[in-house]
Amino acid sequence: MLNYDIVVIGGGPAGLAAAVSAKRNGAESILVLERDKELGGILNQCIHNGFGLHTFQEELTGPEYAGRFIGQLQEEQIAYKLNTMVMDIGANKVVTAMNREEGMFEIQAKAIILAMGCRERSRGALNIPGYRPAGIYSAGTAQRLVNMEGYMPGREVVILGSGDIGLIMARRMTLEGAKVKVVAELLPYSGGLKRNIVQCLDDFGIPLKLSHTVVDIDGKERVEGITIAQVGPDRRPIPGTEEHYACDTLLLSCGLIPENELSRSLGVEMSPVTSGPLVNECLETNVEGVFACGNVLHVHDLVDFVSEEAASAGRHAAEYILNGARHLASGGRDIPIQAVEGARYTVPRTINPERMDEKHTVRFRVGDVYKNCYVSVYLNNERIIHRKRPVVAPGEMEEVVLKKEQLAGFPDLSQITVKIEEA
Amino acid sequence: MYDVVIIGAGVSGAASARELSRYQLNVCVVEKEEDVCCGTSKANSAIVHAGFDADSGSLMAKLNVEGNEMMDEMSRELDFHFKRNGSLVVCLQEDEMPNLQALYERGVKNGVKGLRIIGREELAAMEPNISDKAVAALYAPTGGIVCPFGMNIAYAENAAENGVEFRFDTEVLHIERKGSHWLLQTNRGEIETTYVVNAAGVYADKFHNMVSSKKLHITPRRGDYCLLDRSVEGFVTHTIFQLPNKFGKGVLVTPTVHGNTLVGPTAIDIENKEGTNTTQAGIDEVIGKAGNTVKNLPIRQVITSFAGLRAHEDGHEFCIGELEDAKGFVDCAGIESPGLSSAPAIGKMVADIIKGLSNAPENPNFKGTRKGILDPKVLTNEERAALIKENPAYGNIICRCEMVTEGEIIDSIKRPLGAKSLDGVKRRTRAGMGRCQAGFCSPRTIEILARERGVDPSEITKSGGASKIIVGVNKDRI
Repeated sequence: MLNYDIVVIGGGPAGLAAAVSAKRNGAESILVLERDKELGGILNQCIHNGFGLHTFQEELTGPEYAGRFIGQLQEEQIAYKLNTMVMDIGANKVVTAMNREEGMFEIQAKAIILAMGCRERSRGALNIPGYRPAGIYSAGTAQRLVNMEGYMPGREVVILGSGDIGLIMARRMTLEGAKVKVVAELLPYSGGLKRNIVQCLDDFGIPLKLSHTVVDIDGKERVEGITIAQVGPDRRPIPGTEEHYACDTLLLSCGLIPENELSRSLGVEMSPVTSGPLVNECLETNVEGVFACGNVLHVHDLVDFVSEEAASAGRHAAEYILNGARHLASGGRDIPIQAVEGARYTVPRTINPERMDEKHTVRFRVGDVYKNCYVSVYLNNERIIHRKRPVVAPGEMEEVVLKKEQLAGFPDLSQITVKIEEA
Repeated sequence: MYDVVIIGAGVSGAASARELSRYQLNVCVVEKEEDVCCGTSKANSAIVHAGFDADSGSLMAKLNVEGNEMMDEMSRELDFHFKRNGSLVVCLQEDEMPNLQALYERGVKNGVKGLRIIGREELAAMEPNISDKAVAALYAPTGGIVCPFGMNIAYAENAAENGVEFRFDTEVLHIERKGSHWLLQTNRGEIETTYVVNAAGVYADKFHNMVSSKKLHITPRRGDYCLLDRSVEGFVTHTIFQLPNKFGKGVLVTPTVHGNTLVGPTAIDIENKEGTNTTQAGIDEVIGKAGNTVKNLPIRQVITSFAGLRAHEDGHEFCIGELEDAKGFVDCAGIESPGLSSAPAIGKMVADIIKGLSNAPENPNFKGTRKGILDPKVLTNEERAALIKENPAYGNIICRCEMVTEGEIIDSIKRPLGAKSLDGVKRRTRAGMGRCQAGFCSPRTIEILARERGVDPSEITKSGGASKIIVGVNKDRI
């Protein structure tokens, strides 16, 4: 059996940043396990720019951004294995993995960082009625075919869902010579970043139809047409509003689901809202020494924030290795953070005022679009943050910064509340 | 010139082919699709009925009970997944108890073994998620679940290994009498044969009516289904039916042999024999009705929905036999539920009929066993390590959700009647059948299919015909 202090599951942006940070914070023996044939994860197929503005103060493509972290990993001489699938993680932190060269093998870890990322919601999970022909792809699958393999998955395209990958693919398919006829979005607002709507749809004259969904898929062998219809406030199609588009392709960009099958088998407690683990401010799960970061924890919009979060997970994993029990017995209590009234969840779920850093960024998402509102934080019943925001939307992650000194002023602190308040 | 041509490579056609390969007969199966198991056989409830449902004395009842009894041995001989999980017909109202009793009595009359009526307490202990309204159930321990693809493919492969020829993408257009034999016109030329077995599913009436004046009518009866992720494995462990009542027939909730949960079907009569499209109303009906027999159905775990067409003959009876006014033409028609359950017995019956007509001697080289695709998941870690050492492709996971290796996918392509398309690989290995529905693995499976078949990736289809996945290369039209 192999032995490592820290095993990182996944070599995408989260796993890379976590491993580098763990090493720089004193952990010596680290192994990254990646199931694909190269490091970098989904960034490898994100050949558009816009990455790294926060992390490197410059605009990089996905592969360039990944390249920087892969460089750091190699500089730090951190071990990794490619084409390696983790089959199981036992409660004793024995990781069972498999690849072509080594067959089935086991690794005893002292700490584990979960960084498996997410997958796309499929047509089946969306319960879209109609035939099941070729020509229906999740936006990410189409992105891989076009950007990594150079293949066109279709010529005339309808896109359901205005998530960022769908918006990016609307532009990419157009640039590669396809005709994108329409982007339909079930909700009355887009789930993607504003900048992507402008740069990927508006600039190419691609219509975005809000409050619309696909109600039928036509074509027995290959997609021949898509029918969309307007939906009411109950999100059900309104009869009589159907519009038919002749096309050969339907791309789906309808949400991402953290890939937590391994976490669940390990006994990690999950949030029903994010479908990711519940973590404290060290990004540690309920299973001691198991940390989570990146899209496996909650789905991010910007890779820069993934890297930041993963670096924190890596640092805490290193501290856990170096200090062991001391890390846990640092005193204090885990104070729950409640997300209510417009705020859907927070990461972390709890914070320990004594163990926390001087400042801690709490990230969250809102459940609806709110204009001219306030993002508020309460310690017990006292409001300590009341920040005016012209607009907040579910597609853009929000944050508030909690300071240790502020929390220290509440010795009987039992609850932290994050909410959206109307002006 | 063949002795026997079987029209249709669904489970009835494949089982007939395998049973006919016991004899010295030159047999050919013609199939309009690119693979076996492309019609009714691929989209159904995947269950093996105990046999209490069909009318006593009917051929359906007889073949169902016989097929059920043969299933253990067949699954061993041909290596496909089958499990006797037992079925429960749930009675939701005290005043419907006489109907449950009647069903029990019919089952006993049909020869179903081990039937008993159980009370609410025992039912709730067997199925914790049973509806609070359930008052009693008919328990049939012989009820089972089967992999419908695995069973169909196993029969076909074994038939092929025993010398049966399969012609795919071959659609029969016309059948006529030519002297003492039959002439079949297809999209790929003419085929002559002494005997025809009409196992054409929803199209069986079309072929029957070409040769007989006694007309047959088959209605495609659509059934919509929803399939739930393996993450909720154990939600139910038995196949749960609703006792039909004045509000209708209800839907079944059942585990599959692979650990998914299946809910459905609807029963909607349509005109279009290719109408396998689901509808919103159909999906809504399935989800709504499932709530009659179980509580807390984890509907967010639906990973796909699909529809299949039952070949419903007007008299709701299996029509198996040589036609009186068309000698040598043997119908295997009206094979709707419990067709899958009955398939082993149907195959045997068809073979017996042809044997009686032809007096063909036994095939001394017949080999009745077939080995399925090796599933490394059933091996110990040590055995698995040894396998990978011998063939590294078994160490390379292609489908993450179902943990299918490259080794299994290559096997599925290289074996007799091997997979040619993504769906072909999926039905043989489960690659792409999991929660991401081929989002991650399809580009990699395309690559393996193209490499192993020696064709360009753009040639690879989802399910044959015009179902291409790649339509060109970047900027090729700019």
